[in-house]
Amino acid sequence: MANRINREQVQHVAGLAKLEFTDAQLDAFTPQLDDIIGLFETLSEVDTEGVEATSSVSDQLNVMREDVADNWGQSQALLKNAPDAARGFIKVPAIIDESEDN
Amino acid sequence: MNFETTIGLEVHVELKTHSKIFSPSPVEFGVDPNANTNVIDWGYPGVLPTTNKGVVADGIIAALALHAEVEQHTHFDRKNYFYPDNPKAYQITQADKPIAHDGWVEVDVDGVKKKIGISEMHIEEDAGKNTHERDYSYVDLNRQGTPLIEIVSKPDIASPAEAYAYLEALRQRIQFTGISDVKMEEGSMRVDVNISVRPVGQEKFGTKTELKNLNSFNYVQRGLEYEEKRQQQVLMSGGSVRQETRRFDEKTGETILMRVKEGSDDYRYFPEPDLPALNISDDWIKELGDAMPEMPTKRRERYVNDLGLTDYDAMVITQTKEMSDFFDATVALKADPKMAANYLQGDVNAYLNDNHVDLQATKLTPVNLAGMINLISDGTISSKMAKKVFKAITAGEEPKAYVEAHGLVQLSDPAKLQPIIDDVLQANPQSIEDFNNGKKRAVGFLVGQIMKQTHGQANPQVVNKLLMAALQH
Amino acid sequence: MNYFKTDLASLHADLVAKKISSKELTQATLDNIKATDPKVDAFLNLNEEAALKQAAEIDAQGISADQPLAGIPVALKDNIVTKGMKTTAASKMLENFTPVYDATVTEKLAQAQMITVGKTNMDEFAMGGSTENSAFKTTKNAWDQTKVPGGSSGGSATAVASGQVPAALGSDTGGSIRQPASFNGIVGIKPTYGRVSRWGLIAFGSSLDQIGPLTHGVKDNASVLSAISGHDDHDLTSSTQAVPDFAAELNEATSVKGMRIGLPKEFLAEGVSDDVKAAILAAADTYRKLGATVDEVSLPHNKYGVAAYYIIASSEASSNLQRFDGIRYGYRAQDVQNLEDVYVKSRSEGFGDEVKRRIMLGTFSLSAGFYDAYFLKAAKVRTVIMNDFKAVLKDHDFIMGPVAPTPAFGIGAEIKDPLTMYMNDVLTIPVNLAGLPGLSLPAGFSNNLPVGMQLIGRPFDESTLYKAGYAFEQNTDFHLQVPTLGGQN
Repeated sequence: MANRINREQVQHVAGLAKLEFTDAQLDAFTPQLDDIIGLFETLSEVDTEGVEATSSVSDQLNVMREDVADNWGQSQALLKNAPDAARGFIKVPAIIDESEDN
Repeated sequence: MNFETTIGLEVHVELKTHSKIFSPSPVEFGVDPNANTNVIDWGYPGVLPTTNKGVVADGIIAALALHAEVEQHTHFDRKNYFYPDNPKAYQITQADKPIAHDGWVEVDVDGVKKKIGISEMHIEEDAGKNTHERDYSYVDLNRQGTPLIEIVSKPDIASPAEAYAYLEALRQRIQFTGISDVKMEEGSMRVDVNISVRPVGQEKFGTKTELKNLNSFNYVQRGLEYEEKRQQQVLMSGGSVRQETRRFDEKTGETILMRVKEGSDDYRYFPEPDLPALNISDDWIKELGDAMPEMPTKRRERYVNDLGLTDYDAMVITQTKEMSDFFDATVALKADPKMAANYLQGDVNAYLNDNHVDLQATKLTPVNLAGMINLISDGTISSKMAKKVFKAITAGEEPKAYVEAHGLVQLSDPAKLQPIIDDVLQANPQSIEDFNNGKKRAVGFLVGQIMKQTHGQANPQVVNKLLMAALQH
Repeated sequence: MNYFKTDLASLHADLVAKKISSKELTQATLDNIKATDPKVDAFLNLNEEAALKQAAEIDAQGISADQPLAGIPVALKDNIVTKGMKTTAASKMLENFTPVYDATVTEKLAQAQMITVGKTNMDEFAMGGSTENSAFKTTKNAWDQTKVPGGSSGGSATAVASGQVPAALGSDTGGSIRQPASFNGIVGIKPTYGRVSRWGLIAFGSSLDQIGPLTHGVKDNASVLSAISGHDDHDLTSSTQAVPDFAAELNEATSVKGMRIGLPKEFLAEGVSDDVKAAILAAADTYRKLGATVDEVSLPHNKYGVAAYYIIASSEASSNLQRFDGIRYGYRAQDVQNLEDVYVKSRSEGFGDEVKRRIMLGTFSLSAGFYDAYFLKAAKVRTVIMNDFKAVLKDHDFIMGPVAPTPAFGIGAEIKDPLTMYMNDVLTIPVNLAGLPGLSLPAGFSNNLPVGMQLIGRPFDESTLYKAGYAFEQNTDFHLQVPTLGGQN
């Protein structure tokens, strides 16, 4: 195995993606991901010097919505779909780390 | 050891648009939790954002107000992170090609003028709000999608006082454009602060710390002052500053360690594929620029040079656009500029403070203020009577009509005053004798009697003149 | 009631002439689905009550001649949201999820008065090429129930191919309409990016996804595409280009005479089975006989499409699927101690392996230190691949080639080997990267399994593809052959 990605890196990426894997899953996933990343690396064969990146193939440019407010009246239906809600709020287990809060 | 300080400020300004930046839900506060939310705000499966043209326009206006260069080929990016108030688990923001870059504002600290650079400005969506109770947190997405402009300073700010002046200059200029209320106490202006110190002569910047919980410009300055000293002491005692986030304690004025930062967050930015890129035309920039109100610095120059106000008066009058506009309108109605400035700084400000209202929320109008000032100037009313009239105009009354209805017109005609003076003198021989014996206090008593007789309407200057003439006769 | 020997125009004529009512047609359709679906497992949910009610309403109003689709049943892939009708994207994550709004295509079909009879099975979140990645069931190929139907729109393809519905919608991010259409011997189109609104399509790869119809014949396909196309204020990437009445352009006079067709040599390269090659070369001969020129052309960077695609699509997917976090809707893990558990356990339990694999690949490709080498490089290679197509399409009306390197493979045969599975998309992926329209239509058989042909056109020139497809259909009989479904018909 070329080892383009190891177990620790897989676990790090899983952390970013909020996923967890058992040891057995890691054993299966790591070589699969490694193979696929090996395929990714073939792109280095393509000369992209001076080539612009394409992030959209839409033919639209400069499309914007006028600043007009419109309440679609969906809040009750949305709250009903929430796994847990109370007093009009979405309820989640306590947030301990407030570092992201502004 | 001598140190130099480098301060960086990231300012978030909330825009006063009708609808959210990527959804048509109303931007409006004080409603029930989640009342102003739709499937977009909740990040429902299958939804797509739509760019609010008003927000892009506001971004351009802010750029122009801060002398920044508008990026005419701009787009949005996704910033990925999980948090309950961040429903898509990505924030739509601008990383790669923000809407503007390389701006500046001029500050004046103790008479020294300095330009402080702005490295970039970008438009983005705000998150919702979490409230915390013992075992659970509660998420309200009303704020989710509220448009923000983030303004990032260049590392030009060298002292806490400059940081304060920079924030004040930013606040004023943005406030004058009308795109935001820019009120820290209401959260429409939020400031993230970082600071580092280094020995003079050292090329590399020192290690930064970040400060949180700075809820006023004052706290920003005080927090920075504390942190500047703390870092200097750490370095002088041979230690090293850690990269950490610290919290400002309003009671003690100290900063307290919240957490040590390890490495940087990995937000995995990439171009937002759901929103077409923007090509901002020269015409649009010009159109928005032409419609922009005069900025506070320009107004201050005009007030001092053309209207004869002092620098201080000009500064106070240009604290807010509403005050400055009110002043301009009052002066345009031929009111004496100096008196107009005095009233605005004095009685008007006191009234606003006492009643906790903004100028535009009162019944005061430039027409009525100018009317009252002109009545004072032409001697129709005394400044003492004006106190009553001012009260009336705060209730929306027209000053001239009020003065007439309440018989407040000042009595200045000597022909009408002389008989009253004569009557008072006749009734008070003892006072005349006192006066002749050198008791100047007697004059005050006599004036009081005359004012009593005229129900306070006598013009004090005229009364004084006539009375003295009669006594010395 | 099955739909093997009819088309939308005939159904419309029967409805207008009141030979059958929409309610009868809908009831017969539902009955047939219930009878046949145990064999093929095309559907996840039926919309029985609402469909019959809608049909009755349409009958009451009467169907006029200018409503060509009114009263006719249709099925939707289960990643297209339907208000009040469960939409799962074949994921445990959304097992009990009922949307509170309609996708634009759902609304457009309702405006055309088509009757949504149910939601079809798919690979979870449209990730896969065999429909084996559904969290709920494995759909079978209409022609051979030991084979996969292709994917990810396998349920829609099988539903049409087995005569359950006359038309179905699918979505195509890297071949997910065209490949199952090919495996099932029917017609499917991936329209030009921006032709059809994505509002209400549960996003996979936002810069690649398009919704399109699957039908028995080319003309039917054209009718449905016209009905669902057009600019949408909800989707700023949707095009303002005018939408032609594609079907009206197809008639006895439709011809490819004088057209120049490019046949890329890379499309017949290593990995493409002999039978598939033979079918495509025969099709080229058919076109020559019909008066077109077929040139060998080259798309030199075609082989890099798979790598570029799996980076871009996975990166976008990793971000798009972060919203499935157990907070606001969908699956929330039960035994949670804290917020981190809500995230990690809900996502780890709610997503299947293939979805996790893509999320991992995408997260990795965007992560600090790897962005330039992976995501940015792929976005540049995408430009190179687009330029290859532009060069060929400058002097060719369209490009022809196979859809997939092989006919349908066996259920279970490839699912354990993701890389092999990914390589199957080599012929369809570049079309999504370039945002071009791609039409898949029957062009032959290999061991009694259908072989499809792909026509690739210029942006917003679906018309040419339909004309070329129609001309081919008029001169061949592949589309007339139907599966036996165990001797059912």
